[in-house]
Amino acid sequence: MNPSNGRGVVSSVSSRVSRKSSETVPDQFPVGLRVMVVDDDPTCLMILEKMLRTCKYEVKRCSRAEEALSILRGNSNGYDVVISDVHMPDMDGFKLLEQVGLEMDLPVIMMSADDSKSVVMKGVTHGACDYLIKPVRIEALKNIWQHVIRKRKNEWKEVEQQSGSADDGQPKQSEDGDYSSSVNEGSWRNSKRRKDDDEDGEDRDDTSTLKKPRVVWSVELHQQFVGAVNQLGIDKAVPKKILELMNVPGLTRENVASHLQKYRLYLRRLSGVSQHQNNLGSPFMNPQDPGYGPLSNLNGIDLQTLAATGQLPAQSLANLQAAGLGRAAIAPKSRIPIPVVDQRNLFSFENPKLTFGDTQQQPQHLNNGGKQINLLHGIPTNMEPKQLVNLHHQGNSIPAVQSVQSVHNGSYQPQSRVQQPMGNYNPVSHTSPMINFPLSSSAELRSNIYALPNNPAKGGFPEDVTSEMKGSTPGFVPSYDIFNELNHQQKVHDWELQNVGLTFNATQQANNSIDVVGTSIVGSPHQAFPSSSQGSGLSRNASVVHANNNNNAISMGQHHMSNNNFYHENNPVRVKLETPLFPEQFGQDDLMSALLKQQQGGIVPAENDFDFDGYSIDNIPV
Amino acid sequence: FQGYLDHEQFNQLEELQDDANPNFVEEVVTLYYRDSARLVHSIEQALEKSPIDFNKLDSYMHQFRGSSSSIGAKKVKAECSLFREYCRAGNGEGCMRTFQQVKKEYTALRKKLETFFQLARQAGPVDRARRPK
Repeated sequence: MNPSNGRGVVSSVSSRVSRKSSETVPDQFPVGLRVMVVDDDPTCLMILEKMLRTCKYEVKRCSRAEEALSILRGNSNGYDVVISDVHMPDMDGFKLLEQVGLEMDLPVIMMSADDSKSVVMKGVTHGACDYLIKPVRIEALKNIWQHVIRKRKNEWKEVEQQSGSADDGQPKQSEDGDYSSSVNEGSWRNSKRRKDDDEDGEDRDDTSTLKKPRVVWSVELHQQFVGAVNQLGIDKAVPKKILELMNVPGLTRENVASHLQKYRLYLRRLSGVSQHQNNLGSPFMNPQDPGYGPLSNLNGIDLQTLAATGQLPAQSLANLQAAGLGRAAIAPKSRIPIPVVDQRNLFSFENPKLTFGDTQQQPQHLNNGGKQINLLHGIPTNMEPKQLVNLHHQGNSIPAVQSVQSVHNGSYQPQSRVQQPMGNYNPVSHTSPMINFPLSSSAELRSNIYALPNNPAKGGFPEDVTSEMKGSTPGFVPSYDIFNELNHQQKVHDWELQNVGLTFNATQQANNSIDVVGTSIVGSPHQAFPSSSQGSGLSRNASVVHANNNNNAISMGQHHMSNNNFYHENNPVRVKLETPLFPEQFGQDDLMSALLKQQQGGIVPAENDFDFDGYSIDNIPV
Repeated sequence: FQGYLDHEQFNQLEELQDDANPNFVEEVVTLYYRDSARLVHSIEQALEKSPIDFNKLDSYMHQFRGSSSSIGAKKVKAECSLFREYCRAGNGEGCMRTFQQVKKEYTALRKKLETFFQLARQAGPVDRARRPK
């Protein structure tokens, strides 16, 4: 069978290849890779195009992002990878990156003459597969095909996880057949997986199981998706159910699952990013303005969940609660003056934290203007995950974002709070950096988050969000992240994402009812969360989600999460917040505000990985 | 060309040249000069305004610098970086002075390149060591 292996592979490859581009030379991967390159600089564009052609790729060049998007949308399976410049006059490269990732799920490579760490980081957080520094060398371009394969591979993996490889039969196989085989022609992939499947592989490649034709998530489709997610509730939004609700022929659970992950990531990112960008900036904050009044609404779970997620939340929650309740930052125990970011433990990434760090102390981020929620200061990383868990369960929707930020500052002693609740939030222990929610920019997040959900139509959440979000959940977004982190530090992406998304949204609307947050966290049954948490989370989420009509918001979050897929592999543990104890009763408001604040603080929207966005709780002005 | 061009980068361009595009390098350079002339003009205009919009300047310069680096215009690129420093510091005077330098280098390079291409054309398309791809 071995020989057949090779044969099978080859044939599958060819079939696949042909599937892909219908005329590419089979078995010569990566020859024929279809690349779309976007750059406003004509000199660079010309050079790049020539280089790519020299690599034997098929190239389509665009000098404007809008043009590129419409081409990509019009030809859903027409391209394998997109290369885009960062600085462009008509649309920010990162925005394009997000859109492409969300709608078409294509690997996107960013490039720029700017090689400063912050920009590169931004690329990472926005889901870029790679970042090239200009002037670009041809050698760098020769290897871009690896990103395409990797992405497909991950998608399959996800799918497998989600569906338990039930539907398609061995996704792996199909996967192999796909690019891998072409690449190696039976070498690594085959040996890896297809050993005994050569025959199957052959059959497979043409079957749907193999790389199914990429689904283009058009705006309408996405809206359906978002609607379904909202309907189900973030916590309950599992791909299968979403699929059922959407009732779109030809759509598979895997498609939905990966989209969900991305969505979640997206939401998460938005919360972090929005803060900075603040599309909505004000919208979020405003509601909270009164000192995160709305935050106070957050009750509970959200903050807690958030807290749980990342240490931050615990503190933040505390803070948030405090903030929400009385604006006074909870007497921060300042256990750990870590400006949210510090929680290194929490977050695995240091960088992101740093960003926060700077901002943390600056309350300014928090919209509330000075409310420095520094409550969260110290979100001690110590927060035991358990506590966080509790928090989650508590059902208090973590006020998430906003409070979180503050919480952080206040070094809220989450532990004390956390005790109550939740009880076992195992998932919390993950320390997933749920806190991601860009605490620092929580305020901003909120706004951003809103934008997302509301704007499902756009598909591109971020900008539009501002306008729309208003309606949807109040900037919960931040909490979203946190929760996510908690839940699955690394793998639970989808799960968390769900939650996160929800949380965010919820907050927004509900005046920070963190409920959303709560819901989101719980959501992901699939992942790490133990069922118990789910239950609690669910309740929370459910309430939150529905409460706020963050349907959109949530969906956004979820959607965002799916973006997460990109970096799955690399996804360094999302900020693993050690699930600091999250004083459950943080008072969602606190959390929210903390979270929001953090976001505002300009937390680098660490999307998946860092999630520490949320952490910059320090900034949360209470 | 000493010092004016980043040979590594320029080499990359040369390597891209082949039978299908025998004048690739010249085409790229021409395109660069044409496109950057527009940028130079925008920068000059922006510098004349008052008050100076440094953000815009910085963004123009970023573009200009990117273009220049892609053809390997080393000195131009260096001056652009310096310009951006002044920009960030909000130093209008410094910007103007540096920009004069940028223009100087830019023009000098163009002359050199023009000569280079003339020679190349005279010498025939094989003057560069072209390796079969």
